[in-house]
Amino acid sequence: MGRKIVVTVIGRDQIGIVARVATVLADCRVNIEDINQKILGGHVFAMTLLADMEKSPLALPELADRLQEAVADMELRVTVQDAEVFRYMHRV
Amino acid sequence: MQFTSEEILETVGMIAEDRLDVRTVTLGISLWDCSDPDPGACARKIRDKIRSRAGELAPVARDLERTYGIPIVNTRVSLTPLAWIVPSREPAAFLEVARAVDEAGAEVGVNFVGGFTALVHKGSTEVDRALVTAIPEALSSTDRLCASVSVASTRTGINMDACLEMGRVIADTARRTADRDGVGCAKLVVFANPVEDNPFMAGAFLGPGEPETAVLVGVSGPGVVRRALEQLPPDADLGQVSETIKKTAFKITRMGELVGREMARRLGARFGILDLSLAPTPAEGDSVARILEAMGLGRAGAPGSTAAVMLLNDAVKKGGAFASSSVGGLSGAFVPVSEDRGMIEAAAEGALTLEKLEALTAVCSVGLDMIAVPGDTPPETLAALIADEMAIGVANHKTTAVRIIPAPGKRAGDRVCFGGLLGEAPVMPVNPVPCAAFVRRGGRIPAPVQALRN
Repeated sequence: MGRKIVVTVIGRDQIGIVARVATVLADCRVNIEDINQKILGGHVFAMTLLADMEKSPLALPELADRLQEAVADMELRVTVQDAEVFRYMHRV
Repeated sequence: MQFTSEEILETVGMIAEDRLDVRTVTLGISLWDCSDPDPGACARKIRDKIRSRAGELAPVARDLERTYGIPIVNTRVSLTPLAWIVPSREPAAFLEVARAVDEAGAEVGVNFVGGFTALVHKGSTEVDRALVTAIPEALSSTDRLCASVSVASTRTGINMDACLEMGRVIADTARRTADRDGVGCAKLVVFANPVEDNPFMAGAFLGPGEPETAVLVGVSGPGVVRRALEQLPPDADLGQVSETIKKTAFKITRMGELVGREMARRLGARFGILDLSLAPTPAEGDSVARILEAMGLGRAGAPGSTAAVMLLNDAVKKGGAFASSSVGGLSGAFVPVSEDRGMIEAAAEGALTLEKLEALTAVCSVGLDMIAVPGDTPPETLAALIADEMAIGVANHKTTAVRIIPAPGKRAGDRVCFGGLLGEAPVMPVNPVPCAAFVRRGGRIPAPVQALRN
């Protein structure tokens, strides 16, 4: 079952966003299971990512803080949510 | 992926842009074991119980907020009606308990505690009378305490003596909080057919059929509904409007269900109910009036508003009932004028009148809520307004409520400002035709015949 989380990154498109996010996740022992990225309207970067943080020593809020810190200079908003949120809202 | 990126971004957008949130997680706490003839001892027991049961409420809510990424705007506590717990005929005893409840609420970090409540829809006991007498001073000398009084029900009719008394209590409460535009009245609700598991203030109390502790959740998403309607083609018919609201309500409700279940699990309490009411706030976009505008009405209060609110409320219920098996509380549309920017504008422009608001309560909405009227409105007129609203509830088998503020020193067209979630409002004119001789008759308006069912 694990501890599934959804990470969303939205903001100004630029080089290296995926690399930074992935690095933090790897450092925190979070396993990426699925990843999806697109550019909205030509310049807005949007990434959604499903991951498992079962092996991570961190609590979800701590991971969220680490990720936000890692992209602090990039004009990006990172949200980290328990995947249950999406299961509840989008699956009957 | 288990979820498409469109689904994920939709949810994130609802929260970030359309102000989807959990409006309140209210912990209902039974006080049946706190009764004591000594008011000091009674107050102490109640304070201890609130501390022990609600101590973790705010921290757990903060943690869930981070875990699920959804704001939990308020944490609150509702109590067994204190008229059943404080066995005293002395208003002073209720004041002592009121202060203890207020302090305990501050200690556990909740912003309101409901339950300074008496149910007198058929008649008052001496204890009820002591509580009601204490209301003005209790509300003016505390910050968090909320009071409510049930004066009517479908099975018993309308207690007109109680309506008149509440008119006086409201006027007195306004006078005692005159320095803050009569804000005490914002913490006082008069009910017909109140529910026992209401999570919303100021009318929340925990009824006698409820468990030891219950998590009661109110979700809120007027902004999400408005956004969904704005995305419909302009010629979409009202069947499609209803369908869109239903689907949106489903999603909103599911969020509340998730939060409620997890809150209850972590607090070791029962998950009580999820209230589907679309509660607005003064924040731009978080408005029920804007939903009506998105449907095509120039302003809330325009002809067609009653039909539109009926459609809205029914569709919310249909979507919500499918999303959760724990739907309860009020589950109606809230039209609290001072707490809804679109309603404030409509009232200030004269598009929305007291009479239209009353009409809305006949089809769906919960009552005349957060309405400022001139400070010189006589108590008898307040009582008559209450009686009218109670009649709608009694005749329609539904909850109706009055939370009205006769703003001291203010006249129609002036503004009052309560700040924060209570918002601000234009003072609305009240029909000046005398009605005192009617309400002073007192007595009880008998219960209406309901086709002679049992």
